[in-house]
Amino acid sequence: MIELKDVNKRYGQKDGLLAVDGVTLSIGDGAIFGIIGYSGAGKSTLIRLLNGLEKPTSGTITIAGREISSVSAKELRTVRQKVSMIFQHFNLLWSRTVKGNIAFPLEIAGVPKAERERKVEELIDLVGLRGRENAYPSELSGGQKQRVGIARALANEPEVLLCDEATSALDPETTDQILDLLTDINQRLGLTIVMITHEMHVIRKICHQVAVMEAGRVVEIGNVLDVFQQPKAAITKRFVSQVTEPAGTEQALAHVRQEVPDGTLVKLVFIGERTEQPVLSSLIRSFQVDVNIVQGNITHTQGGAYGTLILQILGNETTVQEAIQYLHNEGVQAEVIVHD
Amino acid sequence: MIEKFFPNVDWELMWEATKETIYMTAASTFYTFIFGLILGIVLFLTSPGQLWANRTFNFITGTFVNVFRSIPFLILIILLIPFTKLIMESMRGPQAALPALVIGSAPFYARMVLIGLQEINKGVIEAARSMGAKTSTIIFKVLIPESLPALISGITVTAIALVGYTAMAGVIGAGGLGNLAYLDGFQRNRGDVTLAATILILIIVFIIQFIGDLAVKKIDKR
Repeated sequence: MIELKDVNKRYGQKDGLLAVDGVTLSIGDGAIFGIIGYSGAGKSTLIRLLNGLEKPTSGTITIAGREISSVSAKELRTVRQKVSMIFQHFNLLWSRTVKGNIAFPLEIAGVPKAERERKVEELIDLVGLRGRENAYPSELSGGQKQRVGIARALANEPEVLLCDEATSALDPETTDQILDLLTDINQRLGLTIVMITHEMHVIRKICHQVAVMEAGRVVEIGNVLDVFQQPKAAITKRFVSQVTEPAGTEQALAHVRQEVPDGTLVKLVFIGERTEQPVLSSLIRSFQVDVNIVQGNITHTQGGAYGTLILQILGNETTVQEAIQYLHNEGVQAEVIVHD
Repeated sequence: MIEKFFPNVDWELMWEATKETIYMTAASTFYTFIFGLILGIVLFLTSPGQLWANRTFNFITGTFVNVFRSIPFLILIILLIPFTKLIMESMRGPQAALPALVIGSAPFYARMVLIGLQEINKGVIEAARSMGAKTSTIIFKVLIPESLPALISGITVTAIALVGYTAMAGVIGAGGLGNLAYLDGFQRNRGDVTLAATILILIIVFIIQFIGDLAVKKIDKR
């Protein structure tokens, strides 16, 4: 669906800021593709290259067989109706009602009035705004505003939906509702979604693939579950720990070390169906060890579940080693946390 | 009762002058709105980072606006006499005041239009572009509606300034309440005529302000 080949974007002249640096990636039809990075990583620029709001300095961008970087201004406007966008701050017209805002892209596309009205009604139901159709944006909550944004973006039946930090201005609960709506739209309409964010939670919840950006470069790319299991780049590890390590892990470990200094601390990683197996109880039955649970967490991604468990195992040295070996054999990654 | 306070006022003449003032204000406000809006939009779109970003053109337009905004109105009228004669074929009557009134106030209004447009959330323009909107669509469906309260309050202020300008234009023979207050009131030393003209001008100003405020209140849904 979307192919980027060695795309560079430099602002200003030769010594200007290189916002996007040699990005090559491909996004499949119907995928939900996440791009994560801190502010200034170049992800906003990257997503704007996809609908031609920014022109690449070099490289090619192809969407559904059309090369965005070289089409005429007129053609680009037609392409944009098929590659729509939602925004962090919604960007609704305050002067128009919910209906008017949703009708706007249809007016741009030259859809006749009767058809426009029918389509708007349909979209209001799709995003769950029935009853609020005559309200002005100033009368809506953040979540409702983003629903209008989504309805507006879907009006011309796009093939690609670009989400520019679409949930970053929303509270956690509303974020989840909007993410559910996006997943639903992805499944029902089969459109490709590209979303940029700085929250790993968003990636975890709805994305199939993820690209991690740092200083204009894509430093890591892959299926979300794979990236969660084995993050390679340092920045990816930091992002992954956002969701897999609850706040306070460090303190909990320190506390346990102080209380029971002679135990072995082990971090277990469960993947996929392993998260549902009673590995721990069979461990205790088979070995002469005591187990103290320090912390546990299961993360669900679109590709499957991923769990971590931090244990303190007490017993004589060889038994503990055997126990850890047993866990390995059971398909659970077990890593001894060395005191440092 | 009224005769007692205003012994020298010829009400028929006063009413004629009022109509002339209203005509001059209304017509010049209309043209100022059109030309000021066009100028303001051009200034906005040619400014850096906008759709028609063009440093040279923006500089020339900006300079033009600043120059005409800075010339005192009375001097502008005199400077424009040859131009007025050329397009209006006369220097007398309310019609003749229009070129000077419009040229004097359109740049003033253009600045207010520019400020109004600059207050529009940049993201909204980007959103319209992302939907594939043409520049003309952006002008008529985003820029103007989204800045309408500012455009209306700006034209209200401009219209009130124009009432004042018509009084000055009266001095050079354009008629209206200013002319009457000056010739009949001041030069013939009839204080009551000046006072009556002043009251009528104030009433016109209050009505304009009232309509402007009401319109802004009704339009603004932010």
